Amino acid sequence: MPASGFAIENRVFDPAETLPRAALEALQLERLRDLVARVSEVPFYRDYFTLHDITRRSIRSLDDVRRLPFTTKDDLRRHQPLGFLAVPRREVARIHGSSGTTGRPTFVAYTAQDLKTWSGLCARFLVAGGLRPEHTVQIAFGYGLFTGGFGLHYGVEQVGAAVIPAASGNTRRQLDIIHDLAPEVLICTPSYALTIADGARELGMDPRSLPLRFGHFGGEPWTEDMRREIEEQLDILAFNNYGLSEVMGPGVSGECAARNGMHLQEDHFLVECLDPETLAPVPEGEPGELVITTLTREAVPMIRYRTRDIARLYREPCACGRHMTRMSRVAGRSDDMLIIRGVNVFPSQIEEALLRVEGTTPHYLIEVDRPGTLDQVTVKVEIRAEMFSDRMDRMQGLRERIAREIHTVAGIRAEVDLVEPRRIERFAGKAKRVLDKRSLSDG
Amino acid sequence: MKLQQLSLFLENRPGRLGAPLEAIAAAGINLMTLSLADTAQFGILRLIVREWEQARQVLEDAGWVVNLTEVVAVDLLDRPGGLAQALKVLESAGLNIEYLYAFSLRRGDKAILIFRFDDPDQAITVLKAAGLHVVDAEELFSHVA
Repeated sequence: MPASGFAIENRVFDPAETLPRAALEALQLERLRDLVARVSEVPFYRDYFTLHDITRRSIRSLDDVRRLPFTTKDDLRRHQPLGFLAVPRREVARIHGSSGTTGRPTFVAYTAQDLKTWSGLCARFLVAGGLRPEHTVQIAFGYGLFTGGFGLHYGVEQVGAAVIPAASGNTRRQLDIIHDLAPEVLICTPSYALTIADGARELGMDPRSLPLRFGHFGGEPWTEDMRREIEEQLDILAFNNYGLSEVMGPGVSGECAARNGMHLQEDHFLVECLDPETLAPVPEGEPGELVITTLTREAVPMIRYRTRDIARLYREPCACGRHMTRMSRVAGRSDDMLIIRGVNVFPSQIEEALLRVEGTTPHYLIEVDRPGTLDQVTVKVEIRAEMFSDRMDRMQGLRERIAREIHTVAGIRAEVDLVEPRRIERFAGKAKRVLDKRSLSDG
Repeated sequence: MKLQQLSLFLENRPGRLGAPLEAIAAAGINLMTLSLADTAQFGILRLIVREWEQARQVLEDAGWVVNLTEVVAVDLLDRPGGLAQALKVLESAGLNIEYLYAFSLRRGDKAILIFRFDDPDQAITVLKAAGLHVVDAEELFSHVA
């Protein structure tokens, strides 16, 4: 994408998006001070504020956000259900929940005003990414506790476009709807966009001939590779958006016509980018954990919510006229990040590489060692019957393909060790993914 | 006419070769022949046994990844040029040999080689048309029993 040109016509939905930086920061400060007052009856924050003598007057500049406590997913879990509610229960207009690998969902509540704010923020990135009132949009996100379906649904309505709430799954039916109703825009996860392309080919259709022109994808981390793949296969422009239910849902940030990072909706979210170890701010453009304070959320305001999402922030002005800070794609999670020769690597990337070669993910273990001065990575992969051949050339080829994909996806050279089944230790049914043998001292 | 060959994935570290062979022996299965292809890191063990279904079950139950391949056993004159003759036949028919290894047993002036082809059926037709003797499982195992 050339920096000068736009993929589509550059349009702004809400004048607030182009607030000059000084006005934006003044608004943020005012809202941050109000926030401190608004959460002072939420037990979790009240206790901390009392102990540290914090009131709205403690906040004199935006940097003073660092005087406030962090909130983690564990804190939310400990106060379920709705222990962070900052308004009377009767003011709650809707409740969503975040899925989790750990069982029960974490519930998040919205007031009527929260819902209005949310659809407005979704409308912002949708319009920035080409949505116009005359368009028809097919939403193939789950409708339910998950915030993706309903969040985008009302965002599309806010823009004035037509919504087809197709919901997730049943690819055949999705294709029938696309064929019959000719939506210009598709909203789903990036991986589901590729599933739709596959499904079209299976039915003997050319996915490039579908009427779709744009796609807004989110809900899971993806790569530039995947964007090219989606655009090539479906002949559309693919836009990235970001959000998480703990602070709202989709609409925290999204790409503009320049498609050079996602603009954070900073009039509603104060976003820090911190070193996950030291919790100090990282220099601009460096990867760090996004820590988000909701400035306008009424029902469950979050102070310094640790997203665990690793991204980079860019503050230089964007060609589109918005002064809002841009964030990069989410490069992974702070909880399992490895730094290999200065490259941040996530087990999920190794998983993706294996998935590309194998079609499914076998058990694997990433071993990191530093025999001399350089990090060395060995990825042990348990052999499965479907991968195994009696031919040595096939087996060597398999190793090479895995190593090549790891390099493509994670940007590191790794030794691939094929190992016998059940050689990788399991812990409580879950496989351990990383074994870091590097000594912590540099001596 | 084809033989069933069992292949196992083995890590290349001490003791890994012995374990599957012991498992087969413990099940009372007699090993006819074996071949090992290896790299510094892993190996592929190929086995010919009469009771291949039972052996496969024993190995899979013990946790090995087992692959079943059809191979072709060919009787060759055990004298200079014996193998060359067979290879010439296969070459002129454009058949690709993935790998081959010798059967451990000899009979008189004959030696038996195990061939792994992409297309074993076509290979059998070609070998037979050239007058070469393809040994089937029954005949092969009757000699060793």
